[in-house]
Amino acid sequence: MVDTVLYTIISLSTIGVVAAVILYIVARRFRVFEDPRIDQVEEILPAANCGGCGFPGCRNFAEALVSAESFEGLHCPVGGNEVMVKVASFLGKDAVMGDPLVAVVRCAGSFDQRPRTNRYDGAPTCSISSALYTGETGCPYGCLGLGDCVWACDYEAMYMDEQTGLPVILDDRCVACGACVNACPRNIIELRKKAKKDRKIFVACINEEKGGIARKYCNVACIGCSRCFKVCPFDAITMDNNLAFIDSEKCKLCRKCAPECPTNAILEINFPQAKPKEAAREVKQDDEEVHNGKSVPKEGNGNN
Amino acid sequence: MLKTFHKGGIHPVENKFSAGREIRVLPPPEVVYIPLSQHLGAPAKLIIDRGEKVKTGQLVAKSTGFVSVNIHSSVSGTVRKIDQVQDGSGYKRTAILIETCEDEWQPGIDLSPDINTDIQYSPEEIIRKTLYAGIVGLGGAAFPSHVKLSIPRGKHARALIINGAECEPYLTSDHRLMLEKGKELIIGIKLLMRALRAETAMIGIENNKQDAIRHLEELAGKEEGISVYPLKVKYPQGGEKQLIKALTKMEVPSGGLPIDIGVVVHNVGTAFAVYEALQKNKPLIERVVTVTGKSLKNPSNFLVRIGTPVINLIEAAGGLPADTGKVISGGPMMGKALSTFDVPVVKGTSGIVILPESESKRRHVKVCIRCTKCVAVCPQGLEPYLLMSLAQNEYPDELEMNKVMDCIECGACSYICPSGRPLLDYIRLGKAKVGQIIRTRKN
Amino acid sequence: MDKLLTVAPSPHIYGEESIRKLMLGVIIALLPALFCSVYFFGWGAVIISVVAVTTCIITEYLIQKFLLKGELSITDGSAIITGLLLAFNLPGNLPVGIVIIGSVVSIGIGKMTFGGLGRNPFNPALIGRVFLLVSFPVQMTSWPVPQGFMTSYTDAVTGATPLEIVKEGLRNGEQVSELMDRVPGYLQLFYGHSGGSLGETAAIALLLGLAYMLIKKIITWHIPVSIIMTISLFTGILWLINPQQNADPLFHILTGGVLLGAIFMATDYVTSPMTRKGMWIYGIGIGIITVLIRIWGAYPEGISYAILIMNAFVPLINRYIKPRLFGKEGRYGKD
Repeated sequence: MVDTVLYTIISLSTIGVVAAVILYIVARRFRVFEDPRIDQVEEILPAANCGGCGFPGCRNFAEALVSAESFEGLHCPVGGNEVMVKVASFLGKDAVMGDPLVAVVRCAGSFDQRPRTNRYDGAPTCSISSALYTGETGCPYGCLGLGDCVWACDYEAMYMDEQTGLPVILDDRCVACGACVNACPRNIIELRKKAKKDRKIFVACINEEKGGIARKYCNVACIGCSRCFKVCPFDAITMDNNLAFIDSEKCKLCRKCAPECPTNAILEINFPQAKPKEAAREVKQDDEEVHNGKSVPKEGNGNN
Repeated sequence: MLKTFHKGGIHPVENKFSAGREIRVLPPPEVVYIPLSQHLGAPAKLIIDRGEKVKTGQLVAKSTGFVSVNIHSSVSGTVRKIDQVQDGSGYKRTAILIETCEDEWQPGIDLSPDINTDIQYSPEEIIRKTLYAGIVGLGGAAFPSHVKLSIPRGKHARALIINGAECEPYLTSDHRLMLEKGKELIIGIKLLMRALRAETAMIGIENNKQDAIRHLEELAGKEEGISVYPLKVKYPQGGEKQLIKALTKMEVPSGGLPIDIGVVVHNVGTAFAVYEALQKNKPLIERVVTVTGKSLKNPSNFLVRIGTPVINLIEAAGGLPADTGKVISGGPMMGKALSTFDVPVVKGTSGIVILPESESKRRHVKVCIRCTKCVAVCPQGLEPYLLMSLAQNEYPDELEMNKVMDCIECGACSYICPSGRPLLDYIRLGKAKVGQIIRTRKN
Repeated sequence: MDKLLTVAPSPHIYGEESIRKLMLGVIIALLPALFCSVYFFGWGAVIISVVAVTTCIITEYLIQKFLLKGELSITDGSAIITGLLLAFNLPGNLPVGIVIIGSVVSIGIGKMTFGGLGRNPFNPALIGRVFLLVSFPVQMTSWPVPQGFMTSYTDAVTGATPLEIVKEGLRNGEQVSELMDRVPGYLQLFYGHSGGSLGETAAIALLLGLAYMLIKKIITWHIPVSIIMTISLFTGILWLINPQQNADPLFHILTGGVLLGAIFMATDYVTSPMTRKGMWIYGIGIGIITVLIRIWGAYPEGISYAILIMNAFVPLINRYIKPRLFGKEGRYGKD
């Protein structure tokens, strides 16, 4: 009996020692030198690994930051200027300030504004639907409503509104990582400069077709009438391909353009009192609901 | 022993309702919409103006490159508009809108019913005329035929394969064509053989078309080098690579073209169009289209002018059934579901299949139970279940390693899956992504 | 037209196959063996089968409803198969409590832990059986002797299985030829009059099930054939070397769980390889491990362990064994 115990102890200890020696040698032999600052920079970064900076993950970004000459073009949208300043002071470099951004959905073609012309029955993802055809409505530019953007969002900052069939972005959760922008096969989602109190004015349409055709499929399409363009005192609006675009850099949120729009394609969000505009009110309500915590982001569409 | 390819394949219900119906000539409609891009490759360039009068068979748009073809007016009338017209996927394409008047053909086109058996063209002339007549692969892909006939330097075609398999369920246009235009077809095949300088031609026909096999065997017996082979009824027997394997036992190398192994494949419809272009001087302005469906009153085969709206065809076949759920341009396995009826018949339209509501909904998607059926039916030796999950989770490198680009999109995997998984949907998505990566790598 | 057209990517038509149909097919294939077990072991077989199947269904339902909170897929029939297969692997006089524990382990640990049907790496019924074998070794190895339909459940006469007789005998230095007199003859083995777990007694019933599944194209022949071939080859060689120390191949195939395992357990869709070549490797592996355990291992029977071990290799097989790609070895023109 004692023998057995003894043998066991001896043999296990021997194995332990041998393994330790091997591990020690291997660790020594194959050690890779790495700048210790990379680890420390990574600590400062938000560790979200969202890819919003253009690198696959926070560690790759940290490596780039450590080896970079200047921070030009390197920005962490999740941490924002605060984190970038921290990193810059740690590495002894100058921080490059970036504007905080937020994503907006440039389509207001909800179910009641944009009638269905057919029924999509394929795999429930926008990428497949958009590769196949124009989508369930006649508009070849508008939102397909299958939620690839929601699926792509790592921050639960988006959900599909079942009433409208459009995605909704929760401003306070959105970190502007750009995952949804890349996921959208129709480039409907845009990152815009974040203004005070999350106020925003934008053209919620990217339909480049002529006014009549665009209007035929969707009541809230931008018809390219240029009325907003003419009224803008800051030259923030450009007209291109029958489509108005409000530059968030130049826009001073004066709200002159929105009432001009004959189709309510310009949305105003988070402004004091709701304008008597159908579309604007609708979105506002959604937003309020969300802020009251009534609606919770939906689970992914489970395309399994 | 019937010839066939060996790996994979499925046996969908044939449903060839219109097999016994003779080809009927559909008169030109009041208005035709002729898109400028009916083929693979660059769209043709418009050479006429609004308001101009055109005759049937007149050239209206010129090819703009090697992989591009001419387009001719399919009716006589006035060009009303150059407009954006929806194609099968709902996107707008430039099309010529012609209002028809009395049918007046371009001079020089032989409209007599006589069969001209006298072949007096050199290979170069045949290719030139094929290009001029705007002939594309009529099996569905609409790839410009003259490109296939122009053999690259250093290669040569030993055998011409004529695809009469028509393995898609429902469709019968090739079947009727072989039965009714057999003589013309054989001359067309001889023309193609001459253009390719090929000594042999093999006509592959699925064994469910006994009458066509007998008819062509009889005709081919008199000709040298042309032979008819019955094929086992199995989908996708008419897939280019599968057909070559069945008839020659050779496999087109992965990523290669049939000409790499000395074979060129043309559809029976194409051979007939070549006959008409050369012997009758008639460009490709009409084609045989099957209009069929379970609840359709009169499943038919029509000879239709290119540009005829699809709804006219359905009306001619007895009107749209009340229980229509899905309208497919092409066969049910590889065709495209239409979102609107305002779509014109184009050169690649082989059929219009109308599925009832009850059959047009996909099944409920369940988890993969790894039953291996998709692997077993894949004629290309791929693993669809794996490709789907790789595409879903976006692993383009792995997808490429697993040869996603070899997929011929036959849909056998999606057809067989007991869990109703949209395998091909995702594989196609993966293919598009990998294709993009390969293109950027090349540049 | 007021109705909207449906649009989807091709293909637009679908085959008749569905998970439920396939599972129903397997259940039908299991029926002959079930009848045989009832015929030979009487009430015990009925009680154990019913208890195992019900427990499996209930366990799956509860877990799906309250833990996974996902879509209920209880109607697909896979839990019934797991229950039946587990019952087939148990002796006919096992107390109900143990059967319930085994069923809960099968579904709970063997299947639902991984996310349910389609995601489990190991055959759930075998997980249950092996769990019971380790936890209740005495009850799990006292095999009732088949005594016809009226055999009572609780106080059935127990005896050793043919494999146990041979294994024990050889260990005690006896010769195979002497031992063969003490085990049932081949014909008896074929028709099922031998001790053992419920489903493995009658070879003919299992073969009937195999034939049904092959005709209905539920499974392919590759896995059962490769397992049986490997076992006969391996034991055949040993038998030729020393017929006095090793039983002949036919004995090895007809006894124990080889047929049950090769036909029903190893062919489980989820836990078997995806390619034909992979199936061969998998089957050969199972065959070799089974014989190794039977001849040199501590247990008289080893196919359960063999299947579980090869289950573990399936992901690796799937990763490296690919089907032959069309055009890969394309023969170029001779010129």
